Amino acid sequence: MSSEQSKRSGSSAPSAIVSVLRDDGTLDPAHDPGMSDDEVKFLYRHLVQTRQLDERFVALQRQGRIGFHVGSLGEEAAILGSAFAMRKQDWLFPCYREFGAALMRGLPLQTLCDNMFGNANDTVKGRQMPCHYTCKAVGWASISSPVGTQITHAVGAAWAAKIRRDDAASLVYFGDGATSSSDFHSGLNFAGVFHLPVVFLCRNNGWAISVPVERQTATHTFAEKAVAYGIPGVRVDGNDVFAVVSVTRRAIERGMRGEGPTLIEAITYRMGGHSTSDDPNRYRESEAVQAWAARDPIERVRSYLVQRGAWSDADDKALRADIDARFREAVAVAEKTPPPALESMFDDVYAKVPWHLAEQRAELVAGPRAPSPHG
Amino acid sequence: MASINMVQAINDALRIAMRSDQRVVVLGEDVGKVGGVFRVTAGLQDEFGEERVIDTPLSENGIVGSAVGMALYGIVPVVEIQFADFIWPAYDQIVNELAKYRYRSGGEYSAKIVIRTPVGGGIRGGHYHSQHPEAQFIGVPGLKVVIPSNPYDAKGLLLASIRDPDPVIFFEPKRVYRAAKGEVPDGDYTVPLETASVVRPGRHVTVLAYGAMLYEALDAATKAAEKGVDAEVIDLRTLWPLDINTVIDSVKRTGRLVVVHEAPRTAGFGAELVTLVCERALYHLEAAPVRVTGFDTPFPYTLEMEYLPLSHRILPAILSVVRS
Repeated sequence: MSSEQSKRSGSSAPSAIVSVLRDDGTLDPAHDPGMSDDEVKFLYRHLVQTRQLDERFVALQRQGRIGFHVGSLGEEAAILGSAFAMRKQDWLFPCYREFGAALMRGLPLQTLCDNMFGNANDTVKGRQMPCHYTCKAVGWASISSPVGTQITHAVGAAWAAKIRRDDAASLVYFGDGATSSSDFHSGLNFAGVFHLPVVFLCRNNGWAISVPVERQTATHTFAEKAVAYGIPGVRVDGNDVFAVVSVTRRAIERGMRGEGPTLIEAITYRMGGHSTSDDPNRYRESEAVQAWAARDPIERVRSYLVQRGAWSDADDKALRADIDARFREAVAVAEKTPPPALESMFDDVYAKVPWHLAEQRAELVAGPRAPSPHG
Repeated sequence: MASINMVQAINDALRIAMRSDQRVVVLGEDVGKVGGVFRVTAGLQDEFGEERVIDTPLSENGIVGSAVGMALYGIVPVVEIQFADFIWPAYDQIVNELAKYRYRSGGEYSAKIVIRTPVGGGIRGGHYHSQHPEAQFIGVPGLKVVIPSNPYDAKGLLLASIRDPDPVIFFEPKRVYRAAKGEVPDGDYTVPLETASVVRPGRHVTVLAYGAMLYEALDAATKAAEKGVDAEVIDLRTLWPLDINTVIDSVKRTGRLVVVHEAPRTAGFGAELVTLVCERALYHLEAAPVRVTGFDTPFPYTLEMEYLPLSHRILPAILSVVRS
């Protein structure tokens, strides 16, 4: 790690960075999560899928076929490793960069693509920007764009589970920028006070759009903020999927023992722009990006599997071809699917459509249509 | 059936809601051990325990944000915000999260919570214990906004709000928390949301009011009657979605309209009410509608009785609109 984030370590609080996958391809037994080759291959396939879909979605946006994409380039291990550690009954509260984890949990690729196009089959009915899908069936909350607001929701869900005596925890994703939000403070404080089983997963990716971590906090690390809430803070190499699985599992186990939440700072790097609307060349040098490229989280897993004789170049080729084929098919279907019905704009505001919305719906339907669809 | 005040009636409603539905929890600042600064939740923690009647840290956005998460999971939080003046740290959670959750998830989720909060002036509370911010919630698609004026309605409307599928902002007019007394059945009943109540039928002018100002409107109507003016007073009860038919039917009969509210005038709910009436019943109107409201200033301390739209200001408005 050569970026500003790793230089920030050195406080008296949790400065050690948990890592498992060594440069020589072996695993440090101290934190080895003990995954089988099949499990690692499962994760690897999803890591590759996430990377590949990110690239494809950006291309679709550049071609003007979808309006927006917010990706996870370089952060795949932090996102998928933590989600992999969560159990079926647990709840995940996404930020907005975690589509790869949602797919791994069981979000159908077609559903994701329908959301990217905001079409009639989009589960959120074209009401939100791309990458703002929902999937209750896999314990995946709804995504909102404001930063940090999901943190307190994760706390509330874990709280409800505890009240009901359910064996369920929640994991919430957020970035370094969100640690400045009032919801971060409230969420960690409430979860600490009530000993709730919440995993706070901070992806320290170096940037909040154009603002570097130095402008988010004067602390040396993000993990040390846990001290103020009376909870453990853990720093982990976010580009080491084994280490991320390991620390997340420990956090869940701790939560389920009734010992409360854990703040995990996954140190990684946002290799792309904030979103397709952002050009990072306007505010950062390419040296840091190149340094992080050498720590690519997916390449590290690939090397590990190849070294163990569990993966080959041919496997890679087949995997990539399969992902592309499934993606092309899903996009073709999504692109052909018409937009949501006009009337649907008025559904789900309330459980039943009240008089004023019924009137406005009739007004819209009877009135002139907008000149042309955009985007 | 007993004669009780509004604090007791709301307490009764919470107790019944918690007894009849294990999913209901109460959370907020000071709601547990001390039973709330207005004692609305008194005794609930003794009956239902600390896990269902929760004293939270002092953080409105934390309370509402957590309640949203609880609701997503499937329990029904009834939040108390100690004073409506303190609700703003939670406004992002209310506007961007609570109100939109069903819509933005395509109906997969709903965030069903009730936020109870005392509103209004006339209690020597100054800026920060007196405001009446209904307009800032009525204008948020996805929220229902309710305000009772008497103990019977308070109990029935709160039970209806807790059992309604949508999030409800439940304003409690604290000036009449104890002053408003009335007969309230002991058992479980609801007053349907989205229904206004014609409290005083009349022929010459329609007066729309709610919360503590209802009593001022009624007092003004009584005095107007002494001068030969027969005012109809309607308690809106649910501010949004409004019981539009009751309002329009009344104005069509009387041909005149006075709207009363404590909140500042500009862009207040009165503006919406007058517009709705003009859109639907303009040719029935025989005079320009009149708003009697708080002024467009922050809520003052020493001069609060001059700020509030009390009977002495409503009466001349009623008389002038009838005689114009």
